[in-house]
Amino acid sequence: MAKKVALLQGNEACAHGALYAGCSFFGGYPITPSTEVAEVLSNELPKIGGKFIQMEDEIGAMASVIGASLTGAKALTATSGPGVSLKQELIGYACIAEVPCVIINVMRGGPSTGMPTGPGQSDVQQAKWGTHGDHATIALVPASCQEIFSETVRAFNLAEKYRMPVQVLYDEIVGHMRERIEFPEPGDLEVIDRAKPTVPPEQYKPYDTSFGDVPPLAAFGSGYRFHVTGLNKAQDGFPTTKAEYVDNEERRQIRKVEGEAARADIEKNDEYLTEDAEVLIFAYGSTSRSARYAVNELRKEGIKAGLFRPITLWPFPEKRIAALGKKVKTIIVPELNLGQMNLEVERVVKGACPVISIGRVDGEPINPGQIMAQVKEVK
Amino acid sequence: MAYDYDKYLRPGKLPHIWCPGCGHGIAMKGLIRAIDSCGLDKNNTAIVSGIGCASRLPGYVDFNTLHTAHGRAAAFATGVKMAKPEMNVIVVGGDGDGTAIGGNHFIHACRRNIDMTYVIFNNFIYGMTGGQFSPCTPTGDKASTTPYGNPDPIFDISKLAIGAGATFVARTTSFHATQIDKLIAEGIKHKGMAVIEVLDDCPTTYGRRNKFRSVVDMMKRLKEIAVPVAAASKMTAEQLKGKVLTGVLYKEEKPEYCEQYAKVIAKAQGA
Ligand SMILES: Cc1ncc(C[n+]2csc(CCOP(=O)(O)OP(=O)(O)O)c2C)c(N)n1
Ligand code: SF4
Repeated sequence: MAKKVALLQGNEACAHGALYAGCSFFGGYPITPSTEVAEVLSNELPKIGGKFIQMEDEIGAMASVIGASLTGAKALTATSGPGVSLKQELIGYACIAEVPCVIINVMRGGPSTGMPTGPGQSDVQQAKWGTHGDHATIALVPASCQEIFSETVRAFNLAEKYRMPVQVLYDEIVGHMRERIEFPEPGDLEVIDRAKPTVPPEQYKPYDTSFGDVPPLAAFGSGYRFHVTGLNKAQDGFPTTKAEYVDNEERRQIRKVEGEAARADIEKNDEYLTEDAEVLIFAYGSTSRSARYAVNELRKEGIKAGLFRPITLWPFPEKRIAALGKKVKTIIVPELNLGQMNLEVERVVKGACPVISIGRVDGEPINPGQIMAQVKEVK
Repeated sequence: MAYDYDKYLRPGKLPHIWCPGCGHGIAMKGLIRAIDSCGLDKNNTAIVSGIGCASRLPGYVDFNTLHTAHGRAAAFATGVKMAKPEMNVIVVGGDGDGTAIGGNHFIHACRRNIDMTYVIFNNFIYGMTGGQFSPCTPTGDKASTTPYGNPDPIFDISKLAIGAGATFVARTTSFHATQIDKLIAEGIKHKGMAVIEVLDDCPTTYGRRNKFRSVVDMMKRLKEIAVPVAAASKMTAEQLKGKVLTGVLYKEEKPEYCEQYAKVIAKAQGA
């Protein structure tokens, strides 16, 4: 039987991806260019008995999402730059309390109100460093409407599997462009639910590491009574300031994402003609579409260009980029900001080759010609 | 016979962090008696708080407990209640937590008339951070950030709740300890947003600075300023100056938020 297809906007695809993943709660506050995610879910969630709430602000939205998730719901919010800034304290809360949830950030320019209807990739470092303290981050950067659908599903899976907030970042261009989407059938894409405790309620500890780096999470109202706090805590969930607990817990929460096995599971990249590439273009989101076009054109002219497109932006694909840095002559990083991920590529390449930023913040996309001109200049 | 609080306290989690003479302990005991008298099931009850001395309460009691971020308790609680309307949701927190940083969430939870019971511990000050003034510190009083006397006018929390749309609003004080459980119990039974303001004392950061020589002095003041609503109706404006009304201040039946949303679901599903 033919798959169901539709012409959908990226934001609409995101909402449908969330539903496919089993999302049953949305808490949000309107902000351009993310609003269609909320609009679609306000229509669709009640049809399946799910809940949609438009909160009084982004902080409230994030709080409601965490509260809902603790009752066992798969919960989502969608926002954009300034909204994410407001949510940051509670994103940190979800990290330390280890509460699964998904945050969609349809990026626009900034700082502040910036260019509400223009595209930007201006929050890629905010995604990593926005909240205070040390913590691990998972952030995904889809580049097409179909990929927004599947990466939203993956975001829920990773949130549930690693018990933490997961961010999906895409820019206004992909958020508002319309593309043909093939709806996966149930079962086509994996859908993961959080591990639930199997011990009797009296023995349950919400951060019991004898079950591994990601302990099972009970739901409020399921007969397991436990305490959740944003304070540093011991395995039973109650606050502690004992040095060894605090240190262990912080390190575990980073290790559960950045440990080798976890990285292998979480990291996802798309490499195009990188085997023999002399000039590597590192690009993500809408910018990677121009970069792919540029690579094809350059190859026609006999220039060995290749594209590295991270689909998981955080944790950063450190090993692979370090290895490629030793093989290629130059890395070019086009992005709709003034060099945010360029910094990260430079950090990892450690001077093995020059890393050149193409930054753009005038509300226009980076076009293939701009990338090609830069490649030809350094070649 | 002495009341058995242990049934609801978490073993090994006491002593609490509250100072000797702090009113929060009295309010907690009132809350426990209220929950007991309403027969709430521990497994089906969530207690949510923000940050502050008052907000440490959930750590001590044996329910589904959620100690959130400063000011955000009502918003977390809204998520819990929306996602699982069958749960009893009780919010606790200080005056600073609820009406300064959390003012927006507080008034909107009232406006929605979502079915939760919000017990607000109004000790007129920011206790945990060392006695800075709150939106409830009386004008002219001393706080660590109002060394010349507080220039700010205050919020009347109960009036704020009524104005914002809460459908059950009551006030009492930690001096009137036996009234605390009665009012909270009434709030729990009420379908919709119930706000119970408990005026209490912070001897450590408020009393000391404002010339209350002892906790007893502070209790005496709470006793003196409280006027039951019935008695107040017979008093003149002059007599009511500097007093606060106690008892059930407002009660109304209005559609509750989760029930309203259940209608949305029914409509979306073609009912
Ligand atoms: C975002 C944020 N801002 C400020 C604080 C610091 N802070 C912690 S408790 C508190 C005030 C608590 O006062 P109140 O809510 O009245 O409760 P009390 O301690 O008096 O019981 C403040 C300002 C914080 N934790 N988080
Ligand atoms: S500082 Fe004040 S509010 Fe905090 S525990 Fe001590 S007396 Fe109570």
